[in-house]
Amino acid sequence: MAEKFDTGRRPVWCPGCGNFGILVALRRALARLGLEPEEVVLVTGIGCHGRMSGYVRANTFHTIHGRVLPLATGIKLANPSLTVIGHSGDGDAYAIGLGHLPHAARRNIDVTLIVHDNMVFGLTTGQATPTTPKGRITRSTPYGNPEEPLNPLFLALASGATFVARGFSGDIAHLEELIVRAIRHEGFSFLDVIQPCATFFNIYREVRRRVYKLEDEGHDTRSLEAAIRKSLETERIPIGVFFETKKPPFRENFPHAMSPPPGQRVPRSVDLSHVWSRYR
Amino acid sequence: MSGREEFTFLVGGPAGAGVFRSGLVAAKTLFRHGYYVHGDNEYPSIIRGGHQWMMVKAAKREVYAHGEEVDAVLALDKETVARHRGRVREVIVADESVARGLEGVVAAPLMRSVREVGAPSVAVNMAGLGFVLGLYRGDVGRLEAVIRDVFSKKREVAEVNARVARRAYEYAAEAAGELALEPLSIGEPPRGKIVIDGNSAVALGALAGGLSFYAAYPMTPASPILHLLAELQKEYGLVVVQPESEIAAINMVTGAAYAGARAMTATSGGGFSLMTEALGQAAMTETPVVIVEAMRAGPSTGLPTYTSQADLRFVIHASQGEFPRFVLAPGDPYEAYMAGFDALNLAWKYQVPVIVLTDKYLAEGYWTVDEPPRLEPSEGKVIRGEYRGEEPYKRYKITPDGVSPMAIPGTKGALVTANSSEHGEDGYGSTDPEVVTAMQDKRFRKLSGMIEEANGKGVKTYGGGPLAVVTWGSTKNAVLEATRDMYGVRVVQVLYLSPFPSERLSRELEGADRVLVVEANKTGQLASLLREHLLLEPDGFLGKYDGRPFTPEEVEEWITGFMEG
Repeated sequence: MAEKFDTGRRPVWCPGCGNFGILVALRRALARLGLEPEEVVLVTGIGCHGRMSGYVRANTFHTIHGRVLPLATGIKLANPSLTVIGHSGDGDAYAIGLGHLPHAARRNIDVTLIVHDNMVFGLTTGQATPTTPKGRITRSTPYGNPEEPLNPLFLALASGATFVARGFSGDIAHLEELIVRAIRHEGFSFLDVIQPCATFFNIYREVRRRVYKLEDEGHDTRSLEAAIRKSLETERIPIGVFFETKKPPFRENFPHAMSPPPGQRVPRSVDLSHVWSRYR
Repeated sequence: MSGREEFTFLVGGPAGAGVFRSGLVAAKTLFRHGYYVHGDNEYPSIIRGGHQWMMVKAAKREVYAHGEEVDAVLALDKETVARHRGRVREVIVADESVARGLEGVVAAPLMRSVREVGAPSVAVNMAGLGFVLGLYRGDVGRLEAVIRDVFSKKREVAEVNARVARRAYEYAAEAAGELALEPLSIGEPPRGKIVIDGNSAVALGALAGGLSFYAAYPMTPASPILHLLAELQKEYGLVVVQPESEIAAINMVTGAAYAGARAMTATSGGGFSLMTEALGQAAMTETPVVIVEAMRAGPSTGLPTYTSQADLRFVIHASQGEFPRFVLAPGDPYEAYMAGFDALNLAWKYQVPVIVLTDKYLAEGYWTVDEPPRLEPSEGKVIRGEYRGEEPYKRYKITPDGVSPMAIPGTKGALVTANSSEHGEDGYGSTDPEVVTAMQDKRFRKLSGMIEEANGKGVKTYGGGPLAVVTWGSTKNAVLEATRDMYGVRVVQVLYLSPFPSERLSRELEGADRVLVVEANKTGQLASLLREHLLLEPDGFLGKYDGRPFTPEEVEEWITGFMEG
């Protein structure tokens, strides 16, 4: 079933790259949701994650650095019947493109954002990103990263995201479940995925040691307070759904423009005679 | 109909005093008296205080631009008197409280009219209009009707303002007798005409072209496009979004267009700077997007509320790499409407970005133009519903004209693979030198069709004669006004700046013994395009870069210098 979402192109990621886990989990999730490739649009940014659009058989838009969310927003508003999934890296989503995240969240645009978070710039050969831990030596921080890392889950919660989760590329079955839930959620779904960079920041063993599942510890996903507390944990790394709530998706502000939606309209001659009377 | 041939009116006051609304009411009232009108404003970038004015010229013939003089001034404060006294031919009107101690100012009972009617003091501007109309013996019924239309959303406000205007009009009778000014003529509005600003016209042209998605971040002087489309969204079924930045706006528009929607954004130079990376994305992904760039004076924040034509070179070259694009430069609201319509059709026909280049003077100025016709947009090579081709669908299929059939996502049997990285016909990334060359050639193959479009519609000539004055955009108005009574002058307006209509322009310049260029920038950017594309060195260049549009007087004086020589 998942094969129908495979382009058959061989991924060029490094052996052991966390992106493989996300790719497999995504294909399986799409198949499980019973979607057809024509109904799905993948928007990918710039970075190693961006190659997803070459490996997932669906409609794709490989955009410029940082602009996954506004691109995806335009697509979804033009045709809400499409399932729109954005893939972004920690550089793409949290550095250059951060300005879009809080707004997509507060708008509650009905797209899913999956952030491939490896805490390092991989494609540009290993510089610090906003999620690189303080003190970490990278090629751009030879004396240790002087900046505190960003807390993306805390930010997403504070911005009003209606679905906030974290996954781990080393646990594909769990990640598949999270992706299914994120796509099913109506409204903005934010999913940060820890996907260690095998070449520049290999922390598989450390993550495996510290990670635990929220659902195993009775976390209440309806409580924003509990979610915020969990997002602030540093010693152990919680994965799973932090928060989920129901709010009207953004497109409901445009019922006047949705039958048919803009993307499905063949342009026709428009009668403006009513408007011209304003100008006399 | 008797009465005066021309009338020029200026209303000035502090920001927040309703200067523009007064100007608009005056323009419409004069239009309904049977005049062609042109209105233009000037204001600083602040909300309260600071001097602003709007000028309205009315004539029984086409009016393109203002002169330097005015017949009547309505001064809502002392500063207006001080600033504009020198240009007044006939009368300055101000409230008694303002006129006190000022020589040569008619002290009018404007606040008295307001109080007698029980209106709020902000209605003093409508009292002023009523009084001035009374001095010129216009038809107060027409003024009242315009006030009712302009305040149509608040009926009570409209009524009270109309009463104020009438009361002040009645007060003017006595002074009118003393001053004995040449009265206005009272006729019917010019047939088939409207009074409209460039911003509204370009927005409505886009609507006529099938616009269904609009996203824009506020920026003077383009914001009124956002305001109008936001207001009309329900009536015309639009999605209108005000996103977090110009970068978001252009990317939303690109996403919407990829998904099949006719989409547009508008901004000024600063916002366009932020959009340049995504402009290249639209070109590389061959996504049809339309950007309106309403120029203001730069560099940087520059003069945010003043006009300029200095972004020409910028928009025709913006973004890295090389790609074909359209840049359309309308000169009046009628052309702006056509440009809005053409922009969407051209974007979808060629799957290229289209920029409509306007400026503050055109965007916010009003002109009397023909009511634009109803138009029929065409879809272009778009595949909807189901793809039935024999081979698998390829988004970037190489075709003789360079345009690939564009399926929209959701089409059965087709997967739409857009890619901002270089790619093969199937949309998947490629760095193969043969593929890279073939794809760049494919995109540039569109250019021959685009050049044909430019040569077809890209140049207009007015009049004839051996002296050619080449201009573009809103500057054509001052040039047309200046050369109205000149003999032996032809005005040549370039409307397509990219691709450049070289062949057509050469033809229009045939037989000219001298070629002059007038444009509102310092370095002569259109002049440089003449050198580049026509190998023609202009015989003279008149530039202006103080944020103000050209006046017909300064253009006339400059051109006359060449005629004597």
